[in-house]
Amino acid sequence: MKKISDRFTWRTYVLFVAALIGTMLLCICVGSVSIPLGDTVTAMWNSLWGLEIPAGISKSIILNVRLPRVINVALVGAALSLCGAAMQGLLRNPLADDSTLGVSSGASLGAVIALAFGVTIPGTTYGGTMIMAMGFAFLSLIMILSLAYVLDRSLSTNSIILIGVIFSMFASSVINLIVTFAEEHIKSITFWTMGSLSGTNFGHSRILALALLLCGGVILRYSRELNAFAIGEDNARHIGVNVRRVKMIILITVSVLIGVCVSISGTISFVGLVMPHMARMITGPNHKRLLPASMFSGAIFLLLADLVARTLLRPIELSIGVVTSLVGAVAFITIFYRTRKAR
Amino acid sequence: MLKANHITVRYGDHTVVNDLSFQLKEGQWLMLVGPNGAGKSTLIETISQGVPYEGSIDLEGKDIRRYRPAQLARKVGVLAQKNTVGYSYSVDEVVGLGRYAHASGFLSARDDDGKDQVEKALALTGLTELRHASVLTLSGGELQRTFLAQVFAQNPQILILDEPANHLDLVYQKHIFSLIGQWLKQPGRAVMSVVHDLSLARRYGTHAVLLNQGRCAAQGAIGDVLTPENLRAVYDMDVYEWMREMLQQWQ
Repeated sequence: MKKISDRFTWRTYVLFVAALIGTMLLCICVGSVSIPLGDTVTAMWNSLWGLEIPAGISKSIILNVRLPRVINVALVGAALSLCGAAMQGLLRNPLADDSTLGVSSGASLGAVIALAFGVTIPGTTYGGTMIMAMGFAFLSLIMILSLAYVLDRSLSTNSIILIGVIFSMFASSVINLIVTFAEEHIKSITFWTMGSLSGTNFGHSRILALALLLCGGVILRYSRELNAFAIGEDNARHIGVNVRRVKMIILITVSVLIGVCVSISGTISFVGLVMPHMARMITGPNHKRLLPASMFSGAIFLLLADLVARTLLRPIELSIGVVTSLVGAVAFITIFYRTRKAR
Repeated sequence: MLKANHITVRYGDHTVVNDLSFQLKEGQWLMLVGPNGAGKSTLIETISQGVPYEGSIDLEGKDIRRYRPAQLARKVGVLAQKNTVGYSYSVDEVVGLGRYAHASGFLSARDDDGKDQVEKALALTGLTELRHASVLTLSGGELQRTFLAQVFAQNPQILILDEPANHLDLVYQKHIFSLIGQWLKQPGRAVMSVVHDLSLARRYGTHAVLLNQGRCAAQGAIGDVLTPENLRAVYDMDVYEWMREMLQQWQ
């Protein structure tokens, strides 16, 4: 039998990068207005080197609308999938994802409050929503960890999951309550809570890239510890992992990354749950390979989901969360049954 | 090497280990014996810093609480009673994690002899052939050997084993216990293990702590502890007679 690490070499990474670039180009070319691949490549190449873009190329659509959106979708997909993989390893639970902690629900609550009560930052369109989402994500984390600590001083995985799930339910109830009394904002709230990256710009890309670079770097650094947690928390302690410290660092890092993503894209479900499973089929469970593979597969999946969301019912644009949930649910059931059958 | 002073462990109002003191010296194989619920596994968890406790445990003269986890793992290797794995790691990946404490920090030195230690541990436990197999496909005994190999790869000075014979057939019981006996012959090493099979405890142990309801019923050299009187008092039955009856079946 060939070892997984022998099958997963640098060539696989090259393949992933090629697939990601190919998907990004596809997503820039396809849309309400179709753009030839040559025009897209020329516009991007010339813009990169400060050359003049020939007349007749839809420069504005390519560089101002689709390129930032595609970059943001890829970054959010990579981040959510990375967080899901880290949470599944840390909590040793294949059903864990970015929402298990309750932080994404907290971020959603912050954003909904901003939308319903008109919290804004002058000069920005969604600045108030973003700041509120990030602030609430952080507050939620503090609250969840404090409650879990009061319940169980050792901060056991079960306590964190339990408090996270209860907090998510609480946040959902408050969101529903706000929606009931904020009828005039229902459309924007619903659209936001289903997730969308339309209208995002390079400013968002910079924030997302920085968050992914910093938080992703920390998570990747802890891939060995995540392997130890995925085998078992007690075993991790026995081999010398500082269980509490590593757990806190990963939970905080994941929360910050989720907070940033949710504040820009809204809630996008299933990416963090399904894509690590898909990646695990290629790489095996070792987080040294799984985490990078999850990032690539999450980015590619969300790009395709976004493409479907904006082209399926043209000119109506669906929320990206609708597509990820539909595809994700079917994919998850398929994976689940295949895994059960294999056993 | 290891000295426990007045250890008490409580789960709520229930005292599981009660004011227990003992010592583990170089070259000793200390057997923790006693009926179910006597506090043996809790004591193992206490030494591995898995449960809060009162009292103190000194390792080479320093309170064990003052050791960093990786520092402690380089000195003490623990085999848990139950080991389950949720994801399909290969055997050598699980065993390789035993080297974590030797290269755990961000700027830590490279673990140059890590590969050798893993190879040696795989060979010692008879797992070389199974090294690429998924741990999800292993039998209970093979999984137990995998985690034992992880502890060997860790290369500690003290082995703390909670029921190392769990799931092992007779051949591997003999093999593993003899292996630990050989391992112990190197200077600066000691072993402490929970063993339910009193014959195994008697055959391989040098010393014993007999526990009953969290308290120490007897401790000392193995022959002085596992006496008919001590065992009758703790197990509430004639253990020697029962052992004799079991053996007679084979004659």
